[in-house]
Formats: sequence, structure tokens, C-alpha cells
Amino acid sequence: MPAGPRPDASELVVDREILVCCGPGGVGKTTVAAALAVEGARRGRRTVVVTIDPAKRLADALGLDTLTDTAHRIDGDWPGELWALMLDPRSTFDGLVTRYAPEPGQAEAILANRFYRNISGALSGTQEYMAMEKLFELHNDERFDLVVVDTPPTRNALDFVDAPRRLTRLLDNRLFRLLMMPARTGFRAVNLATQAFLRTIGKVVGSEVVSDAVTFFQAFEGMEDGFRQRAQGVQVLLADPCTAFLLVTSPRRDAARETEFFAQKLGEAGIDVEALIVNRMHPRFPPVGAGEAPVPALASLYRNLCDLSRLADGEEAHVAALADRVGAPAVRVPELETDVHDLPGLSRVADYVFAS
Amino acid sequence: MDPRTFCAQSRLVVVAGKGGVGKTTVTAAMARMAAGLGLSVLIVEVEGKTGLAAAFGAEDLEYDERELAPGIRARSLTPDVALVEYLEEHGLRRISRRLVKAGLVEVVSTAAPGIKDILILGKVKQLERAGVADLILLDAPAAGHAVSFLMSARGLKEIVRAGPLHGQADDVLQMLNDPSRCRVLLVTLPEETPVNEVVETAFALEDRVGVDLGPVVVNGLYPVLDGLDVDAAAAGAALGPDEARALSEAADFRARRQELQQAQVARLAAELPLPQLHLPTLFTVDLTPPDIDVLATALAIAIEALPAPAGVR
Repeated sequence: MPAGPRPDASELVVDREILVCCGPGGVGKTTVAAALAVEGARRGRRTVVVTIDPAKRLADALGLDTLTDTAHRIDGDWPGELWALMLDPRSTFDGLVTRYAPEPGQAEAILANRFYRNISGALSGTQEYMAMEKLFELHNDERFDLVVVDTPPTRNALDFVDAPRRLTRLLDNRLFRLLMMPARTGFRAVNLATQAFLRTIGKVVGSEVVSDAVTFFQAFEGMEDGFRQRAQGVQVLLADPCTAFLLVTSPRRDAARETEFFAQKLGEAGIDVEALIVNRMHPRFPPVGAGEAPVPALASLYRNLCDLSRLADGEEAHVAALADRVGAPAVRVPELETDVHDLPGLSRVADYVFAS
Repeated sequence: MDPRTFCAQSRLVVVAGKGGVGKTTVTAAMARMAAGLGLSVLIVEVEGKTGLAAAFGAEDLEYDERELAPGIRARSLTPDVALVEYLEEHGLRRISRRLVKAGLVEVVSTAAPGIKDILILGKVKQLERAGVADLILLDAPAAGHAVSFLMSARGLKEIVRAGPLHGQADDVLQMLNDPSRCRVLLVTLPEETPVNEVVETAFALEDRVGVDLGPVVVNGLYPVLDGLDVDAAAAGAALGPDEARALSEAADFRARRQELQQAQVARLAAELPLPQLHLPTLFTVDLTPPDIDVLATALAIAIEALPAPAGVR
């Protein structure tokens, strides 16, 4: 962990080029990412936010009524620019395949393969990988100077950081090599042991499944290097000081527990978390006397204050423990009365995040 | 409805809901309630690190079954281990571990989406058939995966057209479509987005999976507290102005929240024709075994308030 004071959230929005919002599901991560992007635009930056599965009304507010892989500009009263897009792992992946295929025919063969068509939906980590890929692409896009990325809900923060490596690891996998062997050695030369092996697996999982996979890996032959280099490029970018990781969470038990786990994993991977944003905090009211109602008529009022104080104390304890673990100050955003689903709502969240 | 009748409706109950709605809490409370009725309960967790064990003051779960409390056992299922077991049962004992280590699950599950889910559900079906407990509670995957998780059997049948896995999918589908064997208990919060999502999930499950839906559990409701409209400044002789203000601001907050929650509960009732089971918030961020007991009691009371089932069992 570097010495010296930590930057606050405002500095991050002004100084950095990439903000990655990590955290468990159900804490309002998409909302916070969008609010950070609004702040970016308010600070004069040409900001783009990559959202993942926003709630419908927020998507509408951001003009993301259909799943689109292209950035869409949102007008607002700010000196900078605000753009938004919703991640479409499938078309991002298609773009990658097309880019790295040595010839168009090979790309077509892969894009039409059933195994490939399942990849974006089924291969664990693909969504994370494509979020990273999109981030890389947008960072290189001259229209933008700040990229804010929301991350898919996951149990392990490293699923995201590791995602680019994951596909290349998959391609290096021994089992895959075995499946690719027919392409390498020519079909006739496939050794009998491999054939028997594939037949046995086929018996259990179905022969179509095996033949789809074999065809896919044959079609992929020769493209691993391109993917590997790209994955390295993303890794380098993530480790660059222009990138900041922010942890978004809520003070609720499960979320706090998962966030602590996230922070630990990120720390182990040598990634500093530069801000901790705790969303949906309950309000704290000043304590009253000894906490006992002096007259029976006030019993409910005292009882309520006691309930709410207990909740606020518990939340505060979680936040303090988290801030300590993460080594970054906690920024608190109160629980709002209604869900955020318009630009004024996002601005309000941004006001809380950047209040200090 | 008698909680005993409720528990006897199906051996398997899948508890499903989006992340953060308290699915694990509900699973724990339901287990506690059933165990309190003298039933043996097995909780099956599929994602790991859900905090279920912690709610019982125990260490994290593993594949092997463990007792969490009297009458409550629990285990964690992972696709990898389920696949090893599956391969072993299908004559691939010698190479199964090596295959799994080499990443077979990744390859195969990419080739046939849903295979991981079917491996888990297949194992659950096996437990259900074997009658390993009076009640099996499956803490389903979060984050909107519940539908695809339960859809996996149908999807897989289309991809794998023959063989043991096809048979496995068939068996799972049969179980899911039989209300006397399996029900889904959806969990939500009385808030806008969770309500929207649970409505969407409920319809998707009914239309696309054909699984029987039990009542919707609405978690985290503020218990209604009468007397919040008392004027603190007028009623409290010895209160300073700051104290009176704190009390009345807190009361306003609570009253407003209750109102918003009730509006969401009413909207849920209007949009989703399923009975609701209400569970209170306990104003705590750490759920301890005594908290689970409180929720188990609340759950039993809510179930008793449900109308008795029309037909016989």
C-alpha cells in the first residue's frame, strides 16, 4: 500500500482515465457508476459509462432502452460530456474474433459455431472479460477521456481482474490441446487413444457436444496469440496509475462480508482500492437521554429511535471495519426514499459521494 | 395453514431471489421452523460463502454434509464435485478426477450451457429421491440466475438429444414440474426494483419452467408501530428541544418508510397473484442464531395466516 494520504473520490474523477467499480450484487453499483460518470461530465470531462444490466427505469433515463454496444450521448447541463452504453458481451466478443481471425472465412466459421455461440452466455468469466475488453477499447477511443465501468455481480473480485487471462488459460489448457490435436496433426493422424477418449466423453455428455467443441477449437487455431497479447494489454492497463479501483457496497451483512472478501482478494493481487463507497446507509439520529421513555405516551417514539440507532450503530461498525480493511476512507451515501431512475437522481447521488 | 402442512407440501423447496434480498436468511429461518416441528432438514447451498453457516454460528460449508443445529444439516454442492460423482457413476471412475482437473467442466459447460446447473440439480434430485431429509432447502444462485438455473434442464434436453445426461435432464424436469415434489419460494424486499424483479422472475418461472410457486416472502418489513404520530414536544414534559426533534425526526423517517413499504407490498399483491409471507426487519446487521429463531417464529405465524390448501395435500 502506498504511503501518504489517499486521494478522495473527487480527485479520482478529475485525474484518472479509468474508474472500475467493483462490489457485490444488489448494492446499487450501477447507480453509483452512473453517478460518478455524471460527476465526470460536471467536472468537464468527456465521460463514458459502461453499465451492466441496469434496472429498467435507470436504463431508460440513460437512453439505453435497447441493448446496444455503441456509446450513446446523454444531454445535460454540464461542461463535459456524458455517454453511456450497456455491455453486450456477445457483440464485443464477435468484434474480437473478427479482429484476430487471419482471414474472414475463419471468423465466419467461428461465429457460426454452436460452441462459440454458447461462449458468451455460458463460459464463466466471459461477461467480465468482455467488460474489460470494452474498457480497453473505450480507453483508446479519442472521443473519451474518462471511462467508468460497472462490473458484473460476482462472488470474487478476481473473476473480473483475471478475466482476460482466463480465456487464454482456457486455450492453453491441456484438454483443449487434446481437442485441437486433430487440427494440428491432420484428421487421419488422430491417434486412437484420443479418438477413444472423445468417444467416451461423447457417450456421457452427448456426441454433438463434443463435435461442436472440437470444431470450435479447430477453427480457433492460430488465433490464441492475438488473444493472449490483447489480454496482456488489458492487464497492463489495469495496473497503470491512470486506472483506479473503487469498491461499492452497502452496510448490510452479506454485502459487507462479500466486500471484505473482495478487498482481501484485490489486496492479494496487488491492486489498491482507492475509494470505498458505502451506499444505502440508514440515517443516524442523535441519542436522547437514557433511551428510556419518561412517559408511556412516548414509548413508541423511544422504541423507534432505539431501533434505528441500533441499526445505524451496526452499519457504522461494518463500515469502520471495512474502511480499515480496505485502507481507504469510506464515502457514505444515504438510502434514498425511491430508486434512482433519472438524471436528477444520479446528480443527487453524486452530490453525496462528492460532498466532502 | 398449519406450518406442518406447509412443510409437507413438497420435499424440495428452492429458495430463490436476487442478491441482497435475504434469501439465505429466509432459508435459515425456514430450516429452523421445520426443525422446530420435529422435521429433519437438509440445506443445500450452491454458491459457497453465502453466510448461511455463519447465521448458525458455524464454519463455512463443504461438500460433505454437516450438522448446523439439531435437526438441520447442510452441505455445499459444486459442479466440479458433482461431475466427478456423475462420471464415476457412469463408468469413468478411472479418469474422472483427472478430467475435472484438466478443466472438463469449463469445456463441457461451454459446449452445453446449463450443464453445471443440471449437474447440481441432478444431485439434488438424487437426494430428493433418496429421501435424505423430510425437507430439503435449496439456496438457489442469486443475481437473476435462478431462472436460467431452473431452465437448464429444458435447455439441455434440446442440446443433448440422447444419453445419460439427457435422461438426467428429463428426471430433473419431472421433479421440477411435480408440485408434490418441488416448489419455489421467491424472496424479495418491499422496494421498487426488487418487487419488479420478483414479478418478472415469477412469471418466467411459471411460463418457462413450469414449476410450482409457493408464497412470496417479503423480507425486511418495518414492524408497524402505533403511536409514532405523538407530538414529542407536547407529551414529554422533561424533553429538551433537541431531544424532541430527534424523536420526531426518527418517527417521521419510520412512518414514511412504512408507508413506502406498504405501497410496494400493495403493488406486489396487485401484480403477482401469489400469497405473501411477511418477515420483519430486526434492525440488526449481523444475524445471530437468536435472530434466526425470531424469524422462524415470524415465518410460522405468517404461514398460519395463509388459507388452508384447497385440495388434499
